[in-house]
Amino acid sequence: MLEHYISIFVSSIFIENLALSVFLGMCTFLAISKKIEAAIGLGIAVIVVLAITVPLNNIIYNFLLRDGALTWLGYPDVSLEFVGLISYIGVIAACVQILEMFLDKYVPKLYTALGIFLPLITVNCAILGASLFMVEKNLDFGESVVYGLGGGVGWALAIVLLAGIREKLKYSDIPDGLEGLGITFITVGLMTFGFMSFGGIIL
Amino acid sequence: MSKFKEILLTPIFKDNPIALQILGICSALAVTSKLYPTLIMCVALTITVSLSNFFISLIRNIIPTNIRIIVQMTIISSLVILVDQFLKAYDYETSKTLSVFVGLIITNCIVMGRAEAFAMQNTPGVSFLDGLGNGLGYSLILIVVGAIRELLGSGQLLGIDILTTTQNGGWYVGNNFFLLAPSSFLIIGLFIWALRSWKTEQVEEKEFLMSKNAPKEVETHHA
Repeated sequence: MLEHYISIFVSSIFIENLALSVFLGMCTFLAISKKIEAAIGLGIAVIVVLAITVPLNNIIYNFLLRDGALTWLGYPDVSLEFVGLISYIGVIAACVQILEMFLDKYVPKLYTALGIFLPLITVNCAILGASLFMVEKNLDFGESVVYGLGGGVGWALAIVLLAGIREKLKYSDIPDGLEGLGITFITVGLMTFGFMSFGGIIL
Repeated sequence: MSKFKEILLTPIFKDNPIALQILGICSALAVTSKLYPTLIMCVALTITVSLSNFFISLIRNIIPTNIRIIVQMTIISSLVILVDQFLKAYDYETSKTLSVFVGLIITNCIVMGRAEAFAMQNTPGVSFLDGLGNGLGYSLILIVVGAIRELLGSGQLLGIDILTTTQNGGWYVGNNFFLLAPSSFLIIGLFIWALRSWKTEQVEEKEFLMSKNAPKEVETHHA
């Protein structure tokens, strides 16, 4: 059993890395990777939010939305799967808001550190994407906790790696048109190519 | 009239959402290995962003400011659900290929960004045009990337043989690199390079300039 969870964890970090293998959360990934500190802050925020929202959406999917999920209320034929998208994004937006208020009140230090990144996370497609993948892979509750955590760690790892490369890159002489966004795209392209080498691993 | 034209055309080359504003990149990378799903994705996004701009602009004066993000989200996700259900009903195969990426239009920053930056301040008609322009700007890059990847990767365009591959008895050896996702990063990177060489005002400032007196080739010493 533990082995199964470890394999989900490792594969969500390396083999199906949310940023470098399925390309989610790319906008923030490219925009906020100029400095390592900022990248670490955003990475931690993503880990926290993913570890909360994926299991929460899993509960909602299993007990309210999926085919026959409403049997416990006496409606075995009702399927609410079509409102899935709107409920997941609602849960994510609400979670981020609550987390923000909670941190502001009880952990002000972390709140100031994460400050601007938290609201950004609502529209980070890695968060919604992980929930959608959770539904597609049909994970149970325990698996979804591990998957959320692993997905977050993988994304954070990727953005910190990219920020490290970009900090070095700013001292190099790059052709004018490639400066900034252009060279970042190419760097990420090479990084994803590297991460593809994890692809063949079967756990 | 020229004002409308400008609103429609600016986002395509001058202020392209992907190449300049770094918005909506995720889907640009993952769905472009074949041209057909790319086209479907472009249509889906263009419809969503124009309509969401239109509807948000319609009610822009009655949305309370502090809950506007939630209201925008609700409108956008309802539209995406419509697109998603429509696609599942009429083109199930493609909807399987696009998998989660249709749903991810909700968090596509182009849609949110235009709603927040444009539709909240402008009248419905103009907002619709702005949405259409941004959708087309996004489509331009996606179609270029999709076409290059399908042509060089499998020698086809929209499933029709252009360069007959050796597997089908032709001469062209498909370049598998272009079927893999990392190639789209490189193509977009080079596209940005080309675009910025043409429109030089988009070039970003360097953080550190090379010293004027620096030697042409800097020798590096390794200990």
